[in-house]
Amino acid sequence: MSEKLTPEVVAQALQESLSALAVVEDAATLRSQKAQIVGENSPISRLNALIKSVRNEQKAEAGKLVGGARAQLNHAFQEKEVKLESLAANEALASEKVDMTAAPKFINLGARHPLSLLMDQVSDVFVGMGWEIADGPELENEWFNFDALNFHPDHPARAMQDTFFVKPVENHLLLRTHTSPVQVRSLLERELPVYVLCPGRVFRTDELDATHTPVFHQVEGLAIDKGLTMADLRGTLEHFARVMFGDEAKIRLRPSFFPFTEPSAELDVWHPDAKGGPRWVEWGGCGMVNPNVLLAAGIDPEVYSGFAFGMGIERTLMFRNGVKDMHDMVEADVRFSAQFGSVI
Amino acid sequence: MRIPLGWLGEMVELGSKVTPNDVMAELVKVGLEEEGSHGGDISGPVVAGEVLSFEAEEQKNGKTIRWCQVRVATSGDEEIRGIVCGAANFVAGDKVVVSLPGAVLPGGFEIAARKTYGHVSDGMIASSRELGLGDEHEGILVLSSIGLDPEIGLDAITLLGLDESAAEVNVTPDRGYCLSIRGIAREYSHATGVKFQDPVLSIDPVMGSGFTLEVKDSAPVHGKAGCSQFVLVGVSGLDAEAKVPDWMVSRLKLAGMRSISIAVDITNYAMLELGQPLHAYDLDKLVGGISVRRAKAGEELVTLDQKTRKLHEEDLLICDEQGPIGIAGVMGGARTEVGASTKSVLIEAAIFDPISIARSARRHKLPSEASKRFERGVDSSISRAAASRAAGLLTELASGSLSGLGAEYASVFEPTAIEMKLDYPGQLVGVEYSADQVIASLEEIGCSVTKIEDLVQVIVPSWRPDITHKTDLVEEVARLIGYDKIPARLPVAPPGRGLTSRQKLRRRVLSGLTGAGFVEVLNYPFVSAEQNGWMGSVSAVELENPMQSEASFLRTSLVPGLIAAAARNISRGSTDIALLEEGSVFLPNGGSAVTALPAGNERPSEATLAALKAAIPGQPRLVSGLLAGNWLPQSPGQHSIPAGYPQALGAVDIVMQQAAVSFELEQLEIAGLHPGRAANVLVAGKVVGFVGEVHPELASQNHLPRSVGVFELNLDEIFAVAPDLVQAQELGVMTFLTQDLSLVVDFQVSAADLIKSIVTGAGGLLEEIRLVDDYRGKGLDADQKSLTFSLLFRAHDRTLTQAEATAARDQAVELANQQFGATLRG
Repeated sequence: MSEKLTPEVVAQALQESLSALAVVEDAATLRSQKAQIVGENSPISRLNALIKSVRNEQKAEAGKLVGGARAQLNHAFQEKEVKLESLAANEALASEKVDMTAAPKFINLGARHPLSLLMDQVSDVFVGMGWEIADGPELENEWFNFDALNFHPDHPARAMQDTFFVKPVENHLLLRTHTSPVQVRSLLERELPVYVLCPGRVFRTDELDATHTPVFHQVEGLAIDKGLTMADLRGTLEHFARVMFGDEAKIRLRPSFFPFTEPSAELDVWHPDAKGGPRWVEWGGCGMVNPNVLLAAGIDPEVYSGFAFGMGIERTLMFRNGVKDMHDMVEADVRFSAQFGSVI
Repeated sequence: MRIPLGWLGEMVELGSKVTPNDVMAELVKVGLEEEGSHGGDISGPVVAGEVLSFEAEEQKNGKTIRWCQVRVATSGDEEIRGIVCGAANFVAGDKVVVSLPGAVLPGGFEIAARKTYGHVSDGMIASSRELGLGDEHEGILVLSSIGLDPEIGLDAITLLGLDESAAEVNVTPDRGYCLSIRGIAREYSHATGVKFQDPVLSIDPVMGSGFTLEVKDSAPVHGKAGCSQFVLVGVSGLDAEAKVPDWMVSRLKLAGMRSISIAVDITNYAMLELGQPLHAYDLDKLVGGISVRRAKAGEELVTLDQKTRKLHEEDLLICDEQGPIGIAGVMGGARTEVGASTKSVLIEAAIFDPISIARSARRHKLPSEASKRFERGVDSSISRAAASRAAGLLTELASGSLSGLGAEYASVFEPTAIEMKLDYPGQLVGVEYSADQVIASLEEIGCSVTKIEDLVQVIVPSWRPDITHKTDLVEEVARLIGYDKIPARLPVAPPGRGLTSRQKLRRRVLSGLTGAGFVEVLNYPFVSAEQNGWMGSVSAVELENPMQSEASFLRTSLVPGLIAAAARNISRGSTDIALLEEGSVFLPNGGSAVTALPAGNERPSEATLAALKAAIPGQPRLVSGLLAGNWLPQSPGQHSIPAGYPQALGAVDIVMQQAAVSFELEQLEIAGLHPGRAANVLVAGKVVGFVGEVHPELASQNHLPRSVGVFELNLDEIFAVAPDLVQAQELGVMTFLTQDLSLVVDFQVSAADLIKSIVTGAGGLLEEIRLVDDYRGKGLDADQKSLTFSLLFRAHDRTLTQAEATAARDQAVELANQQFGATLRG
């Protein structure tokens, strides 16, 4: 063993490694040269071999000397490593930068039809009051659409609504002119008391124009219980109006005629947010269920009473959401539904 | 119903400043909805003038105009005006109506001095039409032609009654009596409290006798006699060409009727005033007496409109000895029509059964002013008064005289009597009406009321045949006291169960699909037979009265509607589309028809109800989608992804996932779909719909691109097997192993079949299998393909070894080999 483990030798080995470390400028080089600088091939590691040749009583001191140098080197290396790795990470992130506003498109945005959304929303208002939602067939038997609703076969009220009949007419099948046959079915099938809302599609032979369509949607409510009055009808409609049109909304009833209700009323709503200022808007019809309708369902009108109301969904959408032309609602133009998304 | 205000003012005090809008605002309170106003849209200066002289001047356009000097005031600087006039039906010295600069004629036509045909025309000589007086526009209105010789400069608006205006209200079918000024005046009185003067009370009833009349109904409808009253009054010595006075023309016009002749106008006028339809026969054309009876088989009648009507045995007829002279309450016959040579008339005022008249009017498609009133019910107490009113006007305005001839038939009128508890109105309306309020309201509408303890016995007035039940009385009380007095109370429904599972499923399906990019549309269900045929339907429900003959069937699939909607969107520039519709289709599979309906006022038997329901064609609710163009458009770093069957399959996945139902595909040819890109969707072995691409020929025929993805699913069928509740499965937590597997098979073997084989062969350790590649080409035969699967193995009770996983995989390969000749790809 020619070499001596002197402090000078140790310092020189340390300096050699530190110099090698100093010239490294990137993390990849540092990783590849780790063995040369601090690993088995490093000058400091080579000094380990010399420790064996040191006399026993000097071994501790020699170890300390080498150990100190190694600690100093490791520290320097780690410091450099942290610095270069962080630099590398930052460079990687910088290189991954994209224009977030020019991203490829992977999701398509769909939309519900606003009429169908509005019917759901109305349903939710009544479900919240404990009512249930009923439905029935669009192609109906005449008895459910007219006879059971106190439309006498020869009464002119039957001609009030222009009905689509199905061939052959002797079979008495028609496209329902209102959702009221669902009321009849509900009364026939459900246990009393009945509180149901019937949203759905109805049909009348009107030409399509800005305010008419032969196929449209209604929502109709029916409540049959002991002791129900027109005050209950007004209260229900007022609550409904407020949910739909805001807390400032109120309703007005005007005398009218429907075969299936007596007394009957037209329903106006005070629309606080109407375009062009708050005003009364015709909204629907309502009244106390005619005793003949209850009799058609086998219900004793001396014991039970109730009310019914109905309104057009298209009309509601028109004045509530500012839709100007009926064509928009029936032409299936995707741009019409898309503007609503899922909010109505 | 249009209401000339001057006419109304003869029966109720209106005040001089009242407008049509004021009247409508009052009437709406009692249930007569406002429709609009008419007339009153003329303002002065419009004066009587005299044409002093004129020069005819031919123009370059070939037209000849008259340059007139017209005196419009008796004195002053402005008394003579130069006016250009295009008409030639006047001579110098004629008195005419002159609209001076500043006047506004009906239609917002503003008069100003203007240069025309080389002159400054300082006003306009008006025609009847320009004044809103009628349709006459062949020339100007010469005042002498209507019997007027006013002082020059007189206000022509007052002179001709042009300042009259009318309100129009909608009369609901129960209120037939409001199709008269008399009825409206009564309602106006209810609304305002002003006194109503019944015009009937001031009519002197005319009695006549000696005319033969027979009323006989051998076939009453619903057992009710067709004619309950029939009054005939004769007037002779008429001047049938007598001028109809302007006030009458003006009122008729404001009421929406045209002036025809003095006799016809008077019967119309009396009808509008009182509500009783009237008919005038030319007495000299009648042969013998009059009989009222039902038609006989084969009888015909030429009606006033010169059309030959084949009569039905249910038609009620007015006949003379030669045969029919009118369909009762609907339209008179041509043979006895009143004309220019008529000297004597017989006026008919009758009460006919509403149902009988309604049926005749509908049968002959002849809705008339008369039938409209009879269908809704005519006051049964005023027939004689109405006939007398018309006779009186004929003597007054057409120089007629009462001939003394006449006849009367009257069956006994039984007024409706209703008994009601005094507190019933309050119970139904929710307002505590006092007994006095109830009685006073009923008396105000004309009822006679007798109070017996807590009951009232109510006799309904003759003009209110609509009141038949105590709830009708309740409405009268409520509307007279006011609907605005009804308080608001929110009823408490019993605790509800929320939406049904079926309703919730519908919403989930719609949100799922729209969340994935589909846009919901709502198409009409009307299609052509051809459109239904696209999807293989051979029969469908057909409408009796479709809006368009080319769309007379109800849809059996939602797809044709979506195809049309897609084409419309593409034509409007939305070329990348994914449409969705949820709705009913109509299957022509009803049970046996029910041709006789049960009564409406009692619950039918359960068997009858079941038969009614069974006769209705099936109407399953479907959900369908259609995709065209690009599913994803080209964007930076991303090629476009065309829409087609894969996204349609994805939509099926979404629907089934929303319903928690698993499904299988069965590839086969389906009508309307691409033969190589179509599959049935099966749930529990049953077909619930289809998925694929629209047949390219069908797509091209509808201007759609070649590749159009489509699916249609029957939500009712899916819902029928959808679980209400899903039970949790235990999750495996032991270590998993993955292996890839490439199998070479004949190219016609479906991936689904191969997967089934692998799943069966590998057994319970195989937790998941995914198809990751379908390779064809180099290294394989032309009729081969290589399918690569990624397999995930796991045992629930132990850590799986590679050997176990490999063994399971080998078993899978073996089964696939046995079933499909599959071999491991080398």
